[in-house]
Amino acid sequence: MENFAIHIHESYLYGLPLSVVNLIVMFGAAFVVLLGFVAPFAGLLSFIERRIAARIQCRIGPNRVGPQGLLQFLADGVKSLFKEDLIPKVADKPLFIIAPYLVFLGMFTSFVVLPFSSQWIVADLNVGILYLFATAAITVVGLVMAGWGSGSKWSMLGGMRSAAQIISYEIPTGLAALTAILLAGSLSLQEIIAAQGPHPWQWYFFDNPFTFIAFFILFVALVAEGNRAPFDLPEAETELVSGYNTEYSGMRFLFFFFAEWAHLYVLGAILTTLFLGGWQVPESLLASVGAESIAARILELVFFQLKIYVLVFLVVQLRWTVPRVRMDQMMDMCWKYLVPIGFFCVAGVAIWMMLFPDGVSFVKYLLIAFSSAMVLYYFYKVYRNFKDSRAELELNPFV
Amino acid sequence: MLDSLQPLVFGMLALIIFISAAFITFSRNLIYSAFALLGSFTGVAGLFAMLGADFLAVVQLLVYIGGIMVLYLFAVLMTSGIGDVRLTNRSIAVKIALPLALVLFFSLGKLIFETEWFAQQTVKIAPTTAAIGDLLLTKYLLPFELVSVLLLSTLIGSVALARQELRNSKENHD
Repeated sequence: MENFAIHIHESYLYGLPLSVVNLIVMFGAAFVVLLGFVAPFAGLLSFIERRIAARIQCRIGPNRVGPQGLLQFLADGVKSLFKEDLIPKVADKPLFIIAPYLVFLGMFTSFVVLPFSSQWIVADLNVGILYLFATAAITVVGLVMAGWGSGSKWSMLGGMRSAAQIISYEIPTGLAALTAILLAGSLSLQEIIAAQGPHPWQWYFFDNPFTFIAFFILFVALVAEGNRAPFDLPEAETELVSGYNTEYSGMRFLFFFFAEWAHLYVLGAILTTLFLGGWQVPESLLASVGAESIAARILELVFFQLKIYVLVFLVVQLRWTVPRVRMDQMMDMCWKYLVPIGFFCVAGVAIWMMLFPDGVSFVKYLLIAFSSAMVLYYFYKVYRNFKDSRAELELNPFV
Repeated sequence: MLDSLQPLVFGMLALIIFISAAFITFSRNLIYSAFALLGSFTGVAGLFAMLGADFLAVVQLLVYIGGIMVLYLFAVLMTSGIGDVRLTNRSIAVKIALPLALVLFFSLGKLIFETEWFAQQTVKIAPTTAAIGDLLLTKYLLPFELVSVLLLSTLIGSVALARQELRNSKENHD
């Protein structure tokens, strides 16, 4: 970033003081990240989610706008822009208007610290992972504000639920993340990735049994924090109409969903960074394109994206195949299971690090074998379900 | 890197803190006051970041906005008819409050103008997390442990209180 600013200063804007150029570059980067990057990602994810959901429900899904319906999100965006902006009479007008932007802000500021490759990161903060969790706090405030500002009982209940949920699940999230932080000895996302390696046996996911468990805790907790099914109680249709976004329409409504899909992406990015080696690419592959070239950076970006999209696919599939849990079950799971197991994992990792500073390769291979078996079983189950459903539609993804 | 912009950034942060603090105090609506805390807390986090205390800045966001402010909101929103109360901060003993406020104002002003301030020329921005952790577990171990015991007792106390209510309500139902 700084080098880039200096470069621009020397070649184009040498009339201006360096600090002003720095500021321009910073705002420019924020602008590019938000508009050119996050919005298409959220849009693309909405497309992926809708297509997968359609397949799971034996429908076709959006396939008319653009190739295979890829541009559906643009059409939806334009439609929402032209819709009438309704504000209920009993709504608390200022709060009602601000709330979607706060939710949006909380979600999108987290993109600033995501490490897309070894050099492509807007700001490599020393406290990157804490920053990611802190931005979630702003989202909570936005959701509560939306719930209150709408002046409707459904919205209010939805807002309260989401606040309770996000606050509760922040604890297992933090504990599970702590295991990776302990191993890496740093809070910076880049350093955590650098401490891992490109190969599965170098990832923290397989480092020891405790991180293996912590990964799943983090996965569940992050899904719950994003208000995603099976934990989407704040917007449970059967109970609360649509929860905190009941009264919203048009672009404001879309902002909530932007944030939701952005969170889906951030979820994948956090898990990939902490446990799955982030952008790490095998050295031989890196050497074949030149370690310092731009192609290497793109390769890293592709690896990072691939891991994220696998996780995103899992979360989407989870949403459309698992029924919603009850509110008390949800809180029970957090406080009675995830939090104690999280503490157990943190202590376990600390002890493991003391006993085996170099790691135990036998345990790593055992864990890899176990997860491979799990993945195989998963594919087998999905295959069986496809076969049993006997839907021609399901077997051809490009109808 | 942003040395020459520091006064500007500071001014903006101070303005945010000041405006939201004034809003908290003078707003007639408790809900607005609670939400205005967001600006004040974020502004303080920005000040910490400006001073190079990166860990504190993020923890400020995490604890104050994610924890304390949401707890306030919970309490405020759970209270029925809270939006109807328009009387906050209106008639709290002006005769006592005004002299006290003036005394505080002048003593603080005197303090600020009479203190010799040492302007640090270069703020060294370095990661602080590791140093904080080291100090907490070596030099300040006792206060750290005392605080954790305090927190634990608060936790157990609140659980005990909540359970008592639960038992009472059950008995009433029977």
